[in-house]
Amino acid sequence: MSEASVLYDVPGPRARRRDRALTAIFTVVFLAIIAYFAYALYKRGIFDDRWSVLTDPPKSQTAADVWGSLFRGIKATLSAAAVAAPAALAIGIVLSIFRRGLRYRVGRASMVVVTELARGLPVLLLMFFARFVLGWEPFWSVVFGLVVYNAAVNAEIVRAGLAALPKGQREAGLSIGLSTMRTTLIVELPQAIRVMLPALVSQLVVLLKDSSLGYIVSYEELLRIMKTNRDFFGDRYMIPLFVVGAGIYITINILVSRLAIYIERRMRTSRHVARTPSGTPPLPEGGAEARRYTANTGYGTGGTPGP
Amino acid sequence: METFIEEFGLIWGGFLATVSLATVSGILALVWGTVLAAFRVSPIGPLRTFGTVYVEIVRNTPLTLMFFFWVFVVPSLGFVPDLGFQPAVIALSLYTSSFVCEALRSGVNSVGIGQAEAARSIGLGFGQTLTQVVLPQAWRTSIPPLISVLIALVKNTSVAAGFAYAEMVAISKRLTNLHPTDALFIFFGIGMMYLLITIPLGILAARIERRVAFAR
Repeated sequence: MSEASVLYDVPGPRARRRDRALTAIFTVVFLAIIAYFAYALYKRGIFDDRWSVLTDPPKSQTAADVWGSLFRGIKATLSAAAVAAPAALAIGIVLSIFRRGLRYRVGRASMVVVTELARGLPVLLLMFFARFVLGWEPFWSVVFGLVVYNAAVNAEIVRAGLAALPKGQREAGLSIGLSTMRTTLIVELPQAIRVMLPALVSQLVVLLKDSSLGYIVSYEELLRIMKTNRDFFGDRYMIPLFVVGAGIYITINILVSRLAIYIERRMRTSRHVARTPSGTPPLPEGGAEARRYTANTGYGTGGTPGP
Repeated sequence: METFIEEFGLIWGGFLATVSLATVSGILALVWGTVLAAFRVSPIGPLRTFGTVYVEIVRNTPLTLMFFFWVFVVPSLGFVPDLGFQPAVIALSLYTSSFVCEALRSGVNSVGIGQAEAARSIGLGFGQTLTQVVLPQAWRTSIPPLISVLIALVKNTSVAAGFAYAEMVAISKRLTNLHPTDALFIFFGIGMMYLLITIPLGILAARIERRVAFAR
């Protein structure tokens, strides 16, 4: 490695020779494995005319039909996310403010219970609940599941951001005569959201990924459309369709993850973020408790999404 | 409420199915994730590249897509796993391992470089530095996020409901079809059983965290 590492000494001539040899060996091994897989796939006829489903599909369909349906799928996936994400953020902020500001213990405790419940349940169970108990449309069932879970996680993220701010921010707000609520709303909240922006954006990836659960509650999103196409054209055409669909999913998610990493990097050098006395931005990595709450968003591991 | 008690045999079966799926894929994910983490911090370029590409792709893949791959795509390549448990374990452990890897790696990266320098300067060798100084500290930082990953795994087993594995969420759907009037209670009960696993794990994480907390 070029930079200094906690695990190894700076390599000397012998270590460098050994690393070079191992690098060569593993490169050859990996290339051999890839070549073997490619050959095995070729043997099974993966590279035959089945890819025509993307350019000149059978059953008197046109390529425009196939691609049009895939784009409808993307639109459905993104529209569920576009409805759910702002709602989850808004509710999450409200929850975190209540949890911080409520004067009575019962009120605060009930906020804790609500967020813990929503975080501890599988998103699919929430979607099934909306679909089969409340009898909602598939679209709204998907949105319901996404909103309930992500609102709870966003509430934790914002709360961690509020807790990580330097105490002086709150004291300053109170000392110029703002009420506690206004201090939170005008002084603390904007800074907390700014600090936690990478975590909130990578939570967006989690939300996008979970929207594919719509497949199971028969919402016509990208994955479901892939399956419909496969059922129509036959199993032979599964692989080209899957390659395209998976490519779309992964590309969108990697782009959003990159955005989170970019924001995180920029924030480290920004002068417009509240800093702790040691001069670093109050990122939650230092606080062990905040770390646990944001671990699911993968925050601190490069602003990338969680499971 | 009565339905819930009457059908408890079925629900208990689903609970055990969820727990066994989570346990098996959790162990596999921990093993494979540790291997990946070792790849990602190794000095050998190709291993690092493999680890990075794997984690980057898998972490940005929806779990449903991963299940879809093992249930519909792999069979069309000619490799047919049994339906139900087998593809669920494969999909869940491959998916979760990327998050295990990142939790471990961020633990290693969180150890200050001065620690290793100090260890070397008092004459500890590579193995001693690793086992006496670096790993104990990295491990402590990694445990809380690792438990979060395992909690997420427990909840993620529910995706198997969409791919022919009769775990708790699949059971809840079957029971609501059988007893539409008691749907609310059934969902409430099943939800409680999930919380029975996830909330104690969360409390455990918080406890371990307080215990292993140390100043840097």
